[in-house]
Amino acid sequence: MLEYSTKIREISARLLKECRVDMIIGFKKGSMPLMNEPCMVKTVDDVDKLVWDGSCGINLANYLPGRKEKIGIIAKGCDSRNVVTHIIENKIGREQLTIIGVPCKGMIDKHKVKIQVAGEIIDVQETSDKVTVRTDDGETTLDRAGMLQQNCTVCIHRNPVIYDEVVSEPVPEQENVDRYAEVREIESMTSEEKWNTFEQLLSPCIRCYACRNACPLCYCPTCFVDESKPQWVGKSQDSTDVRTFHFLRAYHCAGRCTDCGACERACPVGINMRLFTKKLEKDCFDLFGWEAGLSIEDRPPLDVYKPGDPDDFIK
Amino acid sequence: MKIYRIEKENWASAVQSLHAAYQLFGPVEDGGFHNFKNLEAGDVPDLNFGNTRLSAKALVHPQSQLMFEYSLDENEKDHHVLKEIDGSNAKRAVVGIRPCDADAFLLVKRNFDSPEYKDPFWLNAYEATTFIGLACDAPCPTCFCTTAGSGPFSETGLDALLMDAGDHYLAKSITEKGEAFLTAGGFTPDTDADETVDGMRTAAEEKIASKVSTDQLANKVTTELYDAPFWEDVAFSCINCGTCTYLCPTCWCFDIQDENFGKSGVRMRNWDSCMFPLFSLHGSGHNPRGQKVQRVRQRFMHKLKYYVDKYNSGIQCVGCGRCIRHCPVNIDIRNVCGLMNSFGEAAAACEVK
Repeated sequence: MLEYSTKIREISARLLKECRVDMIIGFKKGSMPLMNEPCMVKTVDDVDKLVWDGSCGINLANYLPGRKEKIGIIAKGCDSRNVVTHIIENKIGREQLTIIGVPCKGMIDKHKVKIQVAGEIIDVQETSDKVTVRTDDGETTLDRAGMLQQNCTVCIHRNPVIYDEVVSEPVPEQENVDRYAEVREIESMTSEEKWNTFEQLLSPCIRCYACRNACPLCYCPTCFVDESKPQWVGKSQDSTDVRTFHFLRAYHCAGRCTDCGACERACPVGINMRLFTKKLEKDCFDLFGWEAGLSIEDRPPLDVYKPGDPDDFIK
Repeated sequence: MKIYRIEKENWASAVQSLHAAYQLFGPVEDGGFHNFKNLEAGDVPDLNFGNTRLSAKALVHPQSQLMFEYSLDENEKDHHVLKEIDGSNAKRAVVGIRPCDADAFLLVKRNFDSPEYKDPFWLNAYEATTFIGLACDAPCPTCFCTTAGSGPFSETGLDALLMDAGDHYLAKSITEKGEAFLTAGGFTPDTDADETVDGMRTAAEEKIASKVSTDQLANKVTTELYDAPFWEDVAFSCINCGTCTYLCPTCWCFDIQDENFGKSGVRMRNWDSCMFPLFSLHGSGHNPRGQKVQRVRQRFMHKLKYYVDKYNSGIQCVGCGRCIRHCPVNIDIRNVCGLMNSFGEAAAACEVK
């Protein structure tokens, strides 16, 4: 991880010095363990702020839409796919971007780590396969692979799909992962069981919209839940309104979601709303052989008609 | 007031007798974290927690609260007339609220119970509640209560304070309401415990390593702070979600909505957040805080400058650290407070020479 940080700083300094970019969007060290903060770096003097480790799970593509500058953006596999999606959706120009690719070994799930250790976490150190956690109760070394965010454990695009600079050799992609086990489990339920599962899943929701706002896809100038003329959704904790928000948001992500996990990671009450987007991701793969954000040449299935598109539903 | 004690082995049965006298609320673990819940008969509050994920504010200021109901049926005599929904509360007690969260109610009270305006919904719930605190002996690294006007053993806003003394709880009664609660729970006086309590308090306060400086905030010129160059940097990473404001014990903003169902309807209020663009959107379509940086600045300026100036009673923050721990992008109010409190100092130092 240290090598990644060094390399990111080297590349960033060079890009800024040669005036190829106005700013770098990356991460600076967070104020608490297992958290880093997205930041912009505009001068060579500031590049030493930039860091990389397993707590860079926030999707930096979220900071691109509408920006006018020439930007150097640090992008792991999923971020790069969302950069591609932004380019396809005209939210940022390819020519504005210098993509600094980061082959990714998965991001750490702070909740998983917290469950493993007693006491408050004071410091976390990472190597390529271990995570050492120091608490007020002592030190615990954990296998890094067991501490990853769930979406990272089923990720098959760890290497950036598009980049201009890259910080290391590609990492081996994970093979034989069962990406849709959870989705199949829900698919096999009766309607009533599904309904109850979703009710239970969403019951802690406080409608802070952290899931939506952490998502690079959610860039609508006014989200449908924030429309007031007319108002489409009630504002209370009524479960119909809470469900409406989550279901509709998921549908807006159909064919676009890269399963970066930003939504689940951001949720303050631990809801795995990825279950919804994962189902749509699976359908897009099953029906159209589509995975979002792999190439800036291909149009997404929901914005182009192809003669071979499945049409079994037309009777 | 007096110090009482209760053996832990008697705690569950004490809670049961309290159920008879109060509607009880307490921390319950669900989904990996604690939150305050209405305790059913037989439930015992789980006092083995750092702090609850959401603050206790919802007990007095629920996220969604019905205020009025009305009929739209013109055949009815009083159609289109708002009728107040009975918001009265049974005698209730919150058991296990952390001192910082109890302190927060007094900060919020300045808004809901001002000389000009009394909010009946908030006051009703507040006055019906007995606040039984649980002292913190293992504060989190993100706790900065001692420099935010509170503390791990702070008694402000509490009616009684429970302290974990190993095999028993000590309880200090602070008000008559607290005294009544402890009596109803069968606590027994412990006249020798004063020193023990003092020792516990000092030990806990010493554990709070995280501090903020707020001494210069009142002296800053509001417009200069408003135009400070650091806001763009502070706001950069913010995704404008409502996590900080919804988890915060001192954020009180709400929105009023009417919801109709066929020919009847309700007027309700729901938590709202200055982080949301809709919060400040005018009927004209103009939004005075249309940009993210303006909304981020508003949150910090309100807590750390406008409130300070308006009430002259410190910052609108008790240092519970929830916004720090749960901000998805790690925006840290301690850092922002530092930037605001020291703003202009370097320039001033240069001028002096």
